[in-house]
Amino acid sequence: MQKTRAKRAKGGADDAEARPRGDIIEGATGPWEVVIGMEVHAQVTSRAKLFSGASTAFGGPPNAHVSLVDAAMPGMLPVINAECVRQAVRTGLGLKAKINLTSVFARKNYFYPDLPQGYQISQYDQPIVGEGEVILDMKDGSTVRVGIERLHLEQDAGKSLHDQHPDYSYVDLNRSGVALMEIVSKPDLRSAEEARAYVTKLRTIMRYLGTCDGNMEQGSLRADINISVRRPGEPLGTRCEVKNVNSIRFIGQAIAYEAQRQVDILEDGGEIEQETRLFDPKSGKTRSMRSKEEAHDYRYFPDPDLLPLELDQAFVDALAAELPELPDEKKARFMSAYGLSAYDAGVLVASRRTADYFEAAVTAPMPLPTGGGEAPGKGKKEKKTGSKTGAKAGGKGKGKAKSAGAGGAKRDAKVVANWVMGDLSMHANAAGCAIADLGIAPERLAGLVDLMAAGTISGKIAKDVLQIMVEEGGDPAEIVKARGLEQMSDTGALEAIVEEIIAANPKQVEQVKTKPKTLGWFVGQVMKATQGKANPGLVNQLLRDRLEVGEG
Amino acid sequence: MADSSDLTRLTIAEARDALRKGDLSARTLAEAHIAAIEAANGALNAFVLPTPEKALAMADAADERLAKARRGRGKGRAKAVDGALGALEGIPIAVKDLFATRAVRTTACSHILDGFVPPYESTVTQNLWDAGAVLLGKLNNDEFAMGSSNETSHFGPVVNPWRREGSDEALVPGGSSGGSAAAVAARLCPGAMATDTGGSIRQPAAFTGTVGLKPTYGRCSRWGIVAFASSLDQAGPIARTVRDAAILLGAMAGHDPKDTTSADVPVPDYEAELGRGIEGLKVGVPKEYRAPGMSAEIEALWRRGIAWLEEAGAEVREVSLPHTRYALPAYYIVAPAEASSNLARYDGVRYGLRVPGSDIVSMYENTRAEGFGAEVKRRVLIGTYVLSAGYYDAYYLKAQRVRTLIKRDFDAAFERVDVLLTPTTPGPAFGIGEKVGDPIAMYLNDIFTVTVNMAGLPGLSVPAGLSGDGLPLGLQLIGKPFDEATVLRAGQVLETAAGPLPEPEAWWTGSPPKGAAGRKRASGRRKSPARGKGARGAKASPKRKASP
Repeated sequence: MQKTRAKRAKGGADDAEARPRGDIIEGATGPWEVVIGMEVHAQVTSRAKLFSGASTAFGGPPNAHVSLVDAAMPGMLPVINAECVRQAVRTGLGLKAKINLTSVFARKNYFYPDLPQGYQISQYDQPIVGEGEVILDMKDGSTVRVGIERLHLEQDAGKSLHDQHPDYSYVDLNRSGVALMEIVSKPDLRSAEEARAYVTKLRTIMRYLGTCDGNMEQGSLRADINISVRRPGEPLGTRCEVKNVNSIRFIGQAIAYEAQRQVDILEDGGEIEQETRLFDPKSGKTRSMRSKEEAHDYRYFPDPDLLPLELDQAFVDALAAELPELPDEKKARFMSAYGLSAYDAGVLVASRRTADYFEAAVTAPMPLPTGGGEAPGKGKKEKKTGSKTGAKAGGKGKGKAKSAGAGGAKRDAKVVANWVMGDLSMHANAAGCAIADLGIAPERLAGLVDLMAAGTISGKIAKDVLQIMVEEGGDPAEIVKARGLEQMSDTGALEAIVEEIIAANPKQVEQVKTKPKTLGWFVGQVMKATQGKANPGLVNQLLRDRLEVGEG
Repeated sequence: MADSSDLTRLTIAEARDALRKGDLSARTLAEAHIAAIEAANGALNAFVLPTPEKALAMADAADERLAKARRGRGKGRAKAVDGALGALEGIPIAVKDLFATRAVRTTACSHILDGFVPPYESTVTQNLWDAGAVLLGKLNNDEFAMGSSNETSHFGPVVNPWRREGSDEALVPGGSSGGSAAAVAARLCPGAMATDTGGSIRQPAAFTGTVGLKPTYGRCSRWGIVAFASSLDQAGPIARTVRDAAILLGAMAGHDPKDTTSADVPVPDYEAELGRGIEGLKVGVPKEYRAPGMSAEIEALWRRGIAWLEEAGAEVREVSLPHTRYALPAYYIVAPAEASSNLARYDGVRYGLRVPGSDIVSMYENTRAEGFGAEVKRRVLIGTYVLSAGYYDAYYLKAQRVRTLIKRDFDAAFERVDVLLTPTTPGPAFGIGEKVGDPIAMYLNDIFTVTVNMAGLPGLSVPAGLSGDGLPLGLQLIGKPFDEATVLRAGQVLETAAGPLPEPEAWWTGSPPKGAAGRKRASGRRKSPARGKGARGAKASPKRKASP
């Protein structure tokens, strides 16, 4: 499979006239374009199920979270959970989608032991959320607009357990009736990478909104993939739906396998049969689950137990007004307010908590000037402005480019971003946790950055201090002080060391006159002699002056 | 109050007043009915599960509350104490087996719910117990309420207490609430809970000379009632008088947050609304109900009804409900469609009958093949068919459109009139087995009643006379949404004008009670003057063998 990345046409579902983007499979008979649409099932974050008061907690012994309604006892009736409706509307708003003020719950009828009612309550021709969009930021800096077809609410099924008894299957109804949002995209995706980016972005948006925890291992987020191939510019081919793709990594595998399978069939003169296929994570392959002929006739009809769901515009407006800042907006703000690159801003906003952490670190107040005097803004009283609280209170706040530092002193947001994306990210990966859970308060990262900016410690020492902060906790300034890690900037003391080294190494002194680049060796010696605490800039300068080596 | 046959003759209103006065204990009243059930049920098969022990325990509890109230009243706190008593304190009631009753077997008279004992109580029955009522037992009905003769019950048919004059032939009590209607008619209980999806309260009430009320859709909660067709099902009472139906409805009705389709509207004091007369009431007579082939007997009954209402001061006018003829076919699409889905839960997995199979599919097939009777299967098949891909628009969707048109017909009529008067059924009760082989003939029983369910309106059947061969016939009043009060008020006028029907001869006990007629019947009444316009007095002489 050969990948070519053409220029992306913005806003293009049907970008037939443009050069096709995405995964192009070069077959013997010519190139094939891969067309992908996704159906994502996202578990609604809510305490109770969609139509019953039973708990949605994950885990718990089998059938511990089952109400009479969930078990479909005779005469039981569903009552819509208002919180799930709110969450669906909020998600719709986050997808910039049309909210349908009237929607209808319908029954999808089929028999299965883990479906107690013999039907799933879902939404059919009148979903709660209509068309919307998701913008993907691709690694090459391009953006892809993916249309959202609809979002609807539906019940999850229970779980059949086949390994408990040699002859019988068991049923666990804990998940039965849990609220899901099915989010259907338009066939706007053109590559495995885009599909992965789409699910990742969708998950990020829902995590920002707090409407789905996005946990794929626990099944809170599941993706079915519709895949077809076609000659570039031609109408859509016959699609196959691939189910059971339970991680973002598998999405790529499933698409790669399935697209190639379809191309192989077509190149051999065969036809694609519309069918549902199952992804096997062990082999990385898909296999047929049921053909179109075997497809269920679900006999959808409006659920007579539930009245049409009527929302008023004021309800929707109120939810819209309370919506948090979403990743796209936050990214744009980080770029404009903090001068970050699109890439850096994109990386930071991928997790709301990381973005919040970054912002809290950038906007943390600068320390009060100490008597010792390396702190910036010496002589000026720090003023506590509202910027820190402002940034914390609302992601929506416009944020400030500058920290609340004393008298206009500014913490370099780019430096903070590099620390968050670099060393902190590394420590978090090592610890297997989120950056925000490393136990380092953003104010302390800010303190570390400030110590560096003030020249109190070098960058190298700063990394060591961070290591200590991760392992033992503590305030960076105190760590530096307690361990004597302050940078040596005392010219007199450094001059003495420089003289000692020059005296002891005449050969090198000769050499540096012809080879100025060997000056670095002297710097290294000074650093060694000072246990890395010497101010490298100052050492450089002193050596150049003393050895008469020119700049650069 | 020694003769228990007298006690089973009391109306709910009479019994209530006697209980409050202390002239009667709830236990005595329950015992009288328990005895009547024991004597009759072998012949009538109205009860599928009598609950005598539970009845006595509940009666004793009611007696305690009544005694406490009387003590309080003695201390001059009459109002507060009476207020604390439920509207049905000590009144024995029987319940159609469609209502879930906690710790009491509930099967919908289907084999598939064999031995099912719900750990919950339906909202409607809970309302009754909260009002102080006493459970006598569970009543027979057509399986899953699907039938018009009570012949589809897994427990066998109910026999109508009424027989044709000079005939021993067993007749159906109508259905699906055949057990409820038969039990009330045979004085096994003074009132019963029933449900009505297409006529299941009103048709059996008409067949048994009882009063049956189907309330507005949404008036009573459906929570805990085994569902047949969710958009049509509604619980209602069957009783021997309009006043009793009013009392029962008042206790049953009310908004229930557990049923989204139950209406959050106030429940009036229906009993207090009675007896206000119908001077100036506008009564519509829908011309489309004068179906070709209507028997002269029914037509005459209808005319009599019109005359009675006019005599009472109502203005009668003809109205048109043009889409009436499509109602029955549309009903037999909508109701089976919903039923096919509602009955999917009976799969042998979690409760009720399970017939093993080699795998899950064969277990489903075996269980449902054995668990459902022929009529239920017929409707599940019809329902599955009309919802299938390719047929949905032609059947289900079209039926729903017809339903909208029927509703509009009524809306237009109710702009001109307050209530409609029609016959309840095309004829009187028929013989057991007579129509089982012809589903269409059976379905035609509901021709005058299904429209009311399709439009979600309240409908009341009042006994209005006897057929040529001595069987009861009913007239139906149809009201505006949530205007049961007017329907009941007009119904009481019909009831009064028609005069009391004779009682069916109590052939079912082997030895019909002798000489009880008129002996003690009036005593309770004298102590508690009727609240109505004296018409109640005539009706309360139930033993008189009145001639039609």
